[in-house]
Amino acid sequence: MVEPLWLILSAAAIKALIVTLMVLQLAGSLGWVERKASALIQDRIGANRAGIFGFTGLGLVNTLMADPLKFLTKEDVIPGNVDHLFHTLAPCIHLFPALVTFAVIPFGDVLLIGDYTINLQVAPLNIGILFVLAMVSLGVYGVVLGGWASNNRWSLLGGIRGSAQMISYELAMGLAVVAMIMTYGTLDLQQMARAQGGMILGFIPDWGICYQPIAFLIFLCAGIAESKRVPFDLPESESELVSGFFTEYSGTKHLMFFMTDFVEVIIVAGLITTLFFGGWQVPYLARDGFHFPGGATLLLPNLVVAILQIVAFSVKLLFFCWLQIMIRWTLPRFRYDQLMRLGWITLLPLGFLNAIATAVVILAWAQH
Amino acid sequence: MSYPLFFVLAALSIISAAGVVLTRHPVRSAMCLVVTLFLLAVVFVFLDADFVAALQVVVYAGAILVVFLFVIMLLNLERDEPETHSQRRTFTGLTVTCLLALALLYLLRQSGTVLPGPGMNTAVPPGFGSIEAVGLRLFTHYLLQFEITGLLMLAGVIGAVVLAKRKVS
Repeated sequence: MVEPLWLILSAAAIKALIVTLMVLQLAGSLGWVERKASALIQDRIGANRAGIFGFTGLGLVNTLMADPLKFLTKEDVIPGNVDHLFHTLAPCIHLFPALVTFAVIPFGDVLLIGDYTINLQVAPLNIGILFVLAMVSLGVYGVVLGGWASNNRWSLLGGIRGSAQMISYELAMGLAVVAMIMTYGTLDLQQMARAQGGMILGFIPDWGICYQPIAFLIFLCAGIAESKRVPFDLPESESELVSGFFTEYSGTKHLMFFMTDFVEVIIVAGLITTLFFGGWQVPYLARDGFHFPGGATLLLPNLVVAILQIVAFSVKLLFFCWLQIMIRWTLPRFRYDQLMRLGWITLLPLGFLNAIATAVVILAWAQH
Repeated sequence: MSYPLFFVLAALSIISAAGVVLTRHPVRSAMCLVVTLFLLAVVFVFLDADFVAALQVVVYAGAILVVFLFVIMLLNLERDEPETHSQRRTFTGLTVTCLLALALLYLLRQSGTVLPGPGMNTAVPPGFGSIEAVGLRLFTHYLLQFEITGLLMLAGVIGAVVLAKRKVS
């Protein structure tokens, strides 16, 4: 049955709203995880100064209430010699591509309402993952313009470092994605997730990581480098450049740069989940319920299946967010030449070899 | 693609394209070009050419223009002083522009209703503009052109390596 236009439009609007709000909520919560996890890793107490009636709530009051309130009510200082137009635009240009990227990441299979089928993905695009690469490449402008418009040596250096770094790692990321596109034969992330439903030998989930472990490593490295976090945080590197490309920002604009960092972490986690770890797939769960090996089945209504899938997606997503935060607080920062060497001399040729090997295997398989 | 939508997009593209040449500031000029290329990508989306739209953003807006900005910032180019143009240069520029516009108009009249699309004689074939259609066309019908482009790019890469390897005395 073909869905009427009003249903398609309203479903799309509701999905877009919910996904955007969830991503922003999660970005805020990751701020808390980052503060508290870093404190635990470094054996500090951390983030416990603010409290309500003496209740500090594991730093929750500090990071989820005091911090945002401070950012939002702070004076927006604009230094005298900045380029006003681009100084104001840069945080928006930085945040926007990161936020819209989640539109193509599926968070569940389908939801049936009456006779209608709703795809649990905000935008089922034909070009799917290319949209992600396009948006990632637009994210560079926020960094470059922020660094340049601030009219500050440190900011400019940060902006230039950022643009060179992001262009370099986009290539490696693109090659990892090419290998995945060849593996699944599609660009649509929803179809990629659907293709990962089976089981190898009856007990190993048929996920992308089983076929493309090297692409996974390349994608993880390039993804962290694209989100400009330690060990790839050369564009901000506090010890050399004050705060890099967003040194001259305060208040809400600073918060926007800060949020983009976490939104990018969520995007990378979402993409890794979808490309390599089955997306919303739960082992043995098909559209109508569980089908265990040996013939046992447990039939479930569609709503329960959809909720299980969304929960599975969220758990995987949170795991990879947590992994990125762990990496961020474990490794020291690279030197700039090490960063460039890793990108161009290690990851890029590895990506090429992996893509060529994938093509050869697929061809041999088709001949066979 | 509906007409009102087309005219809005066309007007915005022309305004931003005019901004590229009219503004005296290199960074503003480059950013106007980014906006123009992005708007062209939007036009492609409404013409059912999703893949071309994505490439437009990835390659032009996302990579080439970033390198432009990178160079502008490295050289720290400031506001360009208005030059005094000689009348002859203005005249040559106008003539070339008019000739180009006429050639474009002629081509459009020629192919006017032949191209597939809404309001045209030929209907849009299924799968038009998808990555499969573009890929098949590129690797069968336009294979020679594709290979020549690849060779050209290889020459560019080798040139860059030679320049970068040169010892600075």
